[in-house]
Amino acid sequence: MSPRLVPHATDPVRRMETPVTVTVDGEPVRGIAGQTVAGLLLASGRTAWRATGSGAPRGVFCGIGVCFDCLVTVNGERDVRACRRRVHEGDAVSTQARDERGER
Amino acid sequence: MSAGTGGTGRHVVGRHVVVVGAGPAGLAAADAALAAGARVTLVDSAEQPGGQYHRMLPDAYEAANPDVLQHGYNAFEQRSMRVIGHRRSTWLADTSVWAIERDDPSRAPLVHVLTGGLPRERRTLRPDALVLAPGAHDRVLPFPGWELPGVFTAGAAQALAKGERVAVGDRVVVAGTGPFLLPVAVSLLEAGSRVVEVLEAARAASATRGWLRKPWELAAQAGKTGELASYTAALARERVPYLPGRAVIEARGDGRVEEVVSARVRGDWSVVPGTERVTAADAVCVGHGFTPRLELAVASGCELRGSAPAEVFVEVDGEQRTSAPGVYAAGEVTGIAGAPAARAEGAVAGWFAAGGDPSARTLAPLRRARDQGRAFAERLAHAHPVGREWPGWLRGDTIVCRCEETDYAAVCAAAGDPVSSEARVARLGTRAGLGPCQGRMCGVTVAELRARLGAPDPDPAAPHRRPVAEPIRLAELAAPPAEREG
Repeated sequence: MSPRLVPHATDPVRRMETPVTVTVDGEPVRGIAGQTVAGLLLASGRTAWRATGSGAPRGVFCGIGVCFDCLVTVNGERDVRACRRRVHEGDAVSTQARDERGER
Repeated sequence: MSAGTGGTGRHVVGRHVVVVGAGPAGLAAADAALAAGARVTLVDSAEQPGGQYHRMLPDAYEAANPDVLQHGYNAFEQRSMRVIGHRRSTWLADTSVWAIERDDPSRAPLVHVLTGGLPRERRTLRPDALVLAPGAHDRVLPFPGWELPGVFTAGAAQALAKGERVAVGDRVVVAGTGPFLLPVAVSLLEAGSRVVEVLEAARAASATRGWLRKPWELAAQAGKTGELASYTAALARERVPYLPGRAVIEARGDGRVEEVVSARVRGDWSVVPGTERVTAADAVCVGHGFTPRLELAVASGCELRGSAPAEVFVEVDGEQRTSAPGVYAAGEVTGIAGAPAARAEGAVAGWFAAGGDPSARTLAPLRRARDQGRAFAERLAHAHPVGREWPGWLRGDTIVCRCEETDYAAVCAAAGDPVSSEARVARLGTRAGLGPCQGRMCGVTVAELRARLGAPDPDPAAPHRRPVAEPIRLAELAAPPAEREG
């Protein structure tokens, strides 16, 4: 089983849901306005979206922009912290691997 | 409160106070500085004020009942609206401090900030006084498998539940030490996760000694203890086992967490052999206390107190003044004491930063609350110390630096090697702390491990030195800055 969004109908905070569609590595993924990229990816059942230098999978760890584990590419911009970036309709999110950085 | 900067009827432009961080401490600082007559610029990296304690839902959720997730929401909302709506305040949301520049050693430093999305706008603030209230982030001690997806910091689980309504898993283990584990477990329950167990590494005896010593101090923190009691009641209602003296010593799974191994630990957190037990879980939320965010204080030249790497904080006097001219500090950077203490410290800091009247009658209760908060912090540290034998659950191939994947064996080898016994050389050799997070996750841990291994770094500020506090892109540096604020 996996992470998920609290069901809208029973959420005691009584919130709105405005649908948003982004692509993740080309595949359309639905989310809601206000989510971060990390929140959308988790709610879509993904737990990992980055590969480290050794190829190990990583996703969210700190959730508040400190650890840089959740880095993704958004609309061509690399190394975006998924936990800090809100999604926008049509965003092209792609997963990334550390060795593409050309640093090693 | 009486304005400290001028008499009635005269229009006096107050001092410019820049407050970094809009959590409980920063908001209180901004509020008090405004009350004392200052012009305030409040800076926070989030879109809304509140910090991690009052983590807000996004505006786009248009939540009708945001208060159901928050303790003290009404007071917070009132203060937040008062500060942001004030004619002498400027609220810089979505803004990060990327550098502090000490251009004139006799006065407060320049504060370089980046605002908004791409391209971020670069701006330089010139404060008469700077209040640092950047807060803290979870400290997580390494254990085998802690890098697996599905292992979260306790704060991440709470931020996702409270800030986005995402439950990080279905069967969740919450582990580590400290009272913060309780609200995290309650947030998870509220979001619909099943909390399998809460593992508190401190043994019941240690926690009880810490909490029951000098009970009158607790009465003063009634807000906090009432809050904790409500969490305990919620866990009891859902029959969530709360097990003291037990720690997660390993997470296992194929590409993500599938199970955790926990064990009984002694008072010093050495593992009791034969007490290991495996629990199936799809998420593990771990917190071993907090690491104060000291890089801006270090960059400002503030003196620190404490020598053990995990017990280093900003030194402040009775007016929350640091050793750096014009720089004040409040909240978790001066000691981990929670929101009520942070609010009191913030108010004192903001008042004095603004040049407020030192004999103002409103200061006495604030100072009392601040001192009680500090006593609470000490009690917290006594009740939930990190046991010194925790490295016993590490293996040679356990990752210590998550960014660079430096393992424990490499850290040990560097500490034992005379050439790299110097911390800076070791850092270059092992690469621990040189990844994108700039050692925020592993810096204190590596310093602690190296001290244990006989190669201590004499500079307690070393794990917190980050001259560039926030990654900045070349294009952002090259772009002309927005108008400099006076």
